[in-house]
Amino acid sequence: MKAVLEIRNLSAVSAAGPILRNVSITVREGDVMALVGESGAGKSAIAKAVLGILPAAIKITDGEILFDGEDLLKLSPQRIRQLLGVRIALIPQDPLTSLNPSRRIGVQLTDGLRLRAGLSNVVANTRALALLNDVQIRDPQRVLMCYPHELSGGMRQRVLIAQAFSLNPQMIIADEPTTALDVTVQKQVLSLIRQLQRNYATTLLFITHDLGVVAQICDHMTVLYGGKVLEQGKTADVLKTPAHQYTRALLAANPRYDQPRQSLKPISEALIAELKREISV
Amino acid sequence: MLRDLRITLGGGFILLLLVAALFAHWLSPFDPLEQDLLIATASPTQEPGHYLGTDSLGRDVLSRLIYASRTALTVAFVASILACLLGTTLGLLAGYFGGWWELVISRMVDIWMAFPPVLLSILLVAVLGSGLHSVIIAIVVIDWTRFARVTRAEAQQQTKLEYVDAATAVGMGRSSILYREILPNVLPVVLVLLSLEMGIAVIVEAILSFVGLSVSTDTPTWGGMIAEGRQIIHQAWWVLVFPLGAIFLTVLAFNQLGDGLRQRLDPMLKR
Repeated sequence: MKAVLEIRNLSAVSAAGPILRNVSITVREGDVMALVGESGAGKSAIAKAVLGILPAAIKITDGEILFDGEDLLKLSPQRIRQLLGVRIALIPQDPLTSLNPSRRIGVQLTDGLRLRAGLSNVVANTRALALLNDVQIRDPQRVLMCYPHELSGGMRQRVLIAQAFSLNPQMIIADEPTTALDVTVQKQVLSLIRQLQRNYATTLLFITHDLGVVAQICDHMTVLYGGKVLEQGKTADVLKTPAHQYTRALLAANPRYDQPRQSLKPISEALIAELKREISV
Repeated sequence: MLRDLRITLGGGFILLLLVAALFAHWLSPFDPLEQDLLIATASPTQEPGHYLGTDSLGRDVLSRLIYASRTALTVAFVASILACLLGTTLGLLAGYFGGWWELVISRMVDIWMAFPPVLLSILLVAVLGSGLHSVIIAIVVIDWTRFARVTRAEAQQQTKLEYVDAATAVGMGRSSILYREILPNVLPVVLVLLSLEMGIAVIVEAILSFVGLSVSTDTPTWGGMIAEGRQIIHQAWWVLVFPLGAIFLTVLAFNQLGDGLRQRLDPMLKR
């Protein structure tokens, strides 16, 4: 299958030092690729670089981001705007702050449909109702008229998921979409994303720090540390036979239901020191 | 309940004032300029029909008070709205786009704020010549900074929030985001400021007419009435006290209205 997103040798720096070091990731059509790593590993930086919303303090120094053959870094802002929402969409991390507090759900949800697809208000609303049904929101008619604060976190995340899928984009970037949610809601939201991804055959770049989540819904995974790719491969392979010692350490630091008595191992200082040496090469 | 009371009372008083200003011709019992030296400085109870007494030239205080609300409200609304438009636009640009916009507009605000406002307004009116236009221009030129400062900070804060990133990811353009996403979140603050500014404009107009720099003296103004009343305060307190009260109540009403609106409009507080 052809590659939808191909990141080649991407490097970025901020005033504090390198953010991304020579990152190369290929995501194939219809695939779910996980970006895994701890805070500061550069997961979100990659997502933002693809969307062109990196903060001004971070500069891309090298590399290319090919989306469907076009280098996003070389495109004009106008051309990128044409892609965003229509062919690349985002499911943001925090549903509490990612919806505008002073606009009704119906208006925000149909932004893409009205402004990008040029649908009339009535058609966009009908489509919005169907979308809210798809993300299993009860009483969608009422929800459309609500302000974000009137909905729970899980509901808001569902709205954001509906918005991301609204224009049936080729690729969706999900930036830790379940981090801000309760564990029980997490599970529902994850299976919802997976189900929609299958129905629409969307390519998904899934950013997370949770290996459990990766095991549940991702086909491939990329392990990052300090802005560098440590390991890439099929999720099943990587989790079963991790090649890099950092991946092994991450797995050992995760609770396992089949071995409840085994204590968790924190990642050792020695390993961190070694990782720091490795990435700075 | 309290906030609704504020809106009702504040807005109600201003509505009342508006009606008085619009229908001054029918509402006032006497011609505000008609002099009658025989009943000069008549107390509110002394002359039938002159409910609030007369001033040193025998003019009816109530009629003058009503006619003066025209000047006060014209200045309050026109000057505040113009200052609001100017300041909010500049503030939004500075806060959202940052960079040069921010640098230039913020420095301008800093420089503006370094001048004492009352002195600057007197200076401006002295240069522009007295009259209603000059008073309005003076207030706009001085007070746009209030709006610019607050909107800039607010827009800057909103710009950092994730919903702006989310809107970008939907493919909305910068101006579209500024107008559709950021402006609605800044608007409650702007409305509160606008209301406060109207109160301030009433005071500034009163100050300028007190020192005789506002409209010509044959138009009654609250500030002008205070200036006249000040000279005869020991003989006729009512000439001074009623316009003072009018200013006090008007400013209070604008402030209460602003406070009430703030709580009413803020979607986060609306439960």
